[in-house]
Amino acid sequence: MTQPVSPPRDDRTGKVPPAGQAPAWRAVWSRADVRTLSLLGVLAVLVLIGGITKPDQFLDTRNLQLVLTQASVIGVVTVGMTFVITSGGIDLSVGAIVALASVWATTVATQEYGFGGILFTSIAVGVGCGLVNGVLIAYGGMVPFIATLAMLASARGLALQITEGRTQVVTVPSVLDLGERDAYVLGVPPLVLVFGVVTVIGWLLLNRTTFGRRTVAVGGNAEAARLAGIDVRRQRLYLYLLSGLCCGIAAFLLIVLSGSGQNTNGNLYELDAIAAAIIGGTLLTGGRGTIVGSVLGVLIFTTITNIFALNNLQSDVQQIAKGAIIVAAVLVQRRTASTT
Amino acid sequence: MAPEPPLLSMSGITKSFPGVRALDGVDLDVQAGEVHCLLGQNGAGKSTLIKVLAGAHQPDTGTIRWRGEEVTLRSPIAAMRLGIATIYQELDLVEHMSVAENVHLGHEPTAAGFVVRGRAAREATAGLLKRLGHPEIDPARLVGELSAAQQQIVSMARALSHDVRLIVMDEPSAALDPDEVDNLFRIVGDLTADGVAVVYISHRLEEIRRIGDRVTVLKDGRAVAVGLPAKSTPTREVVSLMTGRNVEYVFPERPSSAPETAPVLTVEKLSRQGEFEPLDLQVRAGEIVGLAGLVGSGRSEILETVYGARRPDTGRVLVDGKPLKPGSVRAAVRAGVGLAPEERKAQALLMLESVTRNVSVSSMSRFSRAGWIDRGAELGAARAATRELSLRPDNPDVPVRTLSGGNQQKAVLARWLLRGCRVLLLDEPTRGVDVGARAELYAVVRRLADEGLAVLLVSSEVPEVLGLADRVLVLREGRVVHTAPARELDEHRVLDLVMEGSPAS
Repeated sequence: MTQPVSPPRDDRTGKVPPAGQAPAWRAVWSRADVRTLSLLGVLAVLVLIGGITKPDQFLDTRNLQLVLTQASVIGVVTVGMTFVITSGGIDLSVGAIVALASVWATTVATQEYGFGGILFTSIAVGVGCGLVNGVLIAYGGMVPFIATLAMLASARGLALQITEGRTQVVTVPSVLDLGERDAYVLGVPPLVLVFGVVTVIGWLLLNRTTFGRRTVAVGGNAEAARLAGIDVRRQRLYLYLLSGLCCGIAAFLLIVLSGSGQNTNGNLYELDAIAAAIIGGTLLTGGRGTIVGSVLGVLIFTTITNIFALNNLQSDVQQIAKGAIIVAAVLVQRRTASTT
Repeated sequence: MAPEPPLLSMSGITKSFPGVRALDGVDLDVQAGEVHCLLGQNGAGKSTLIKVLAGAHQPDTGTIRWRGEEVTLRSPIAAMRLGIATIYQELDLVEHMSVAENVHLGHEPTAAGFVVRGRAAREATAGLLKRLGHPEIDPARLVGELSAAQQQIVSMARALSHDVRLIVMDEPSAALDPDEVDNLFRIVGDLTADGVAVVYISHRLEEIRRIGDRVTVLKDGRAVAVGLPAKSTPTREVVSLMTGRNVEYVFPERPSSAPETAPVLTVEKLSRQGEFEPLDLQVRAGEIVGLAGLVGSGRSEILETVYGARRPDTGRVLVDGKPLKPGSVRAAVRAGVGLAPEERKAQALLMLESVTRNVSVSSMSRFSRAGWIDRGAELGAARAATRELSLRPDNPDVPVRTLSGGNQQKAVLARWLLRGCRVLLLDEPTRGVDVGARAELYAVVRRLADEGLAVLLVSSEVPEVLGLADRVLVLREGRVVHTAPARELDEHRVLDLVMEGSPAS
């Protein structure tokens, strides 16, 4: 039902020639594709480095399963963060929410309700914290940075209060079983499957739904979105709810992965998630976001951590390398942005 | 050419951006003490040329001579050191700093490396402001508290705080009232009398006739005419150079008789404290009602209040006889009201997005089921709406930021056309739209009215209100001082009314 694209009237607009002609390579790949390919290239180089430095250990199936599992927890958080950043906001409280949700869901009282109790509590706490963030920001007029910073402090404090600093060991077998090899589906850990599902839903939500469009519109120009008839405040509320929901899911994954709940869980997740989203190509100023880029960003960071661990390099070196990668990625993006 | 080398001589300037050749061998020469006007449609290369001149862009090829010597303007600072100052359309002032701090930004008076705050800078600034005819601006005030016109004066004071030989002014009159424009022209006259050259960019041909000495016309990145005499070249010739065709400043025919239908939009006793006094007006289907008035007369505030973007203190707005929830944009949009705001880029457009997404943003529920967007239907509808308005280029996938001002405005109109709105509120619809594209936009607005829309139009350009509207309300300081059919008014009469007003009570 769509009419064919008419040939370019004006080549000064730099638009894509219609299919059938032989276009220049630059026209075939949009800027987003170039960025995705460059991220894939970085990931390939990392895999190569891992394969060369520790050929036996790095490419071992178990190690790859471990990398993906580790990426799953922060990956789910990053998907939520990507939405928030795309809308022009920021959520600094994600790590603290993961911590609070994971300890609340592993108290003795909660564990009595078994698998369902732990899952429900993780998600409810995540969504609840997101609700507080969202109401403060959307209807209280607070700056996202400040509101979520306050949430970061309070949620961490509450998590410490609940645990009194102790590790809460999970005794529910059905939860622990999810992390066992027997639960793997065709060699894929269930946690990774959850990450995959969240990623696909996140991509569809951002790219194929009115929710995603409104998110991009609010981030690109909130005033224009308001004057176009979008309920900007309600959209902001939903976005922080979504981020909280992702934190709740991540908390459950972390409980399965570690078999426990600790108030130190999710430490610095906010930085990792923001960094992954930014190197993935999501604009920190809002208006443009990419789930695929964010996921690649997460995989890159997790792979680096793994390679460093296999090579017995300390975490301080890892941190420095991460910082360097963030700077390099942003510089490369600025170059591609100005040349394509 | 005069034996004395020109102050500035640019020749063969070429500048390409990815996919666009913005400048293609442009020549420009400017003599000391002249007002050299730069004309051209949006996208003709004016902005790129002045950015090259300001040192903000580096040309790919071409030479720049300053007083006969070849120079390279590597950075804005290099240009400033030579004595070239640029006053951009979008003012580049720091709102949270004082007038004096802004004027001296980048070359603060220092002592032993410390910025000297206070008296010296303030006194120097006060002197400059006085020279510019605005001694009432307090150098200690924050720039954010000043009006747009005053901010422009501050911007000019900043330019003059350097030893300036050439000032580039990019559409300086766009945000100004007639009396402020007069002051601007007086300043330009003083500057040129001192031997300073002015490169003046404007869409308004009558201004160029008033103050210009010579005109250079750009079209599609080329200079199609260099150094024409500004006062004696016929308007028709200038316009045809800009557009490549003979265009008259034409308005569409009005329908012979006013429609006798029930009003679509009714405004009753609407007011906002300090902005505008209780206002009553009705707009029928097929009718264009114009609000004429100066900047600050409450025009934009009225439109935004009708639209629900501002909450009224008193009164109400009805569409088809049903009152709207006050202060709710969503209620207005749902009832079929659309606004094309004054600041298109800041208030209407998603600049990172395609035309399609900008057009569909207010009608997403029409292409979606349970939040799921049918992108084929969306694209088809956006294409139909933009085709109906002859938006160029005819490809809704292009980013909206690549469009000219007139086509961006059409994208905004297409948004409301697609939404199927009944009432269209137009705030300065031809702001930043070049002369050639205006007539087309006027025709579009009239056609939409003929198809049954009720249009409420605000414009600071009196001929536009008189030419386009059926009925005109003249505003002065937030009050309607006169209402009449447009054909019973002329520009002179309206200007008298908006300046002097006739005390109604």
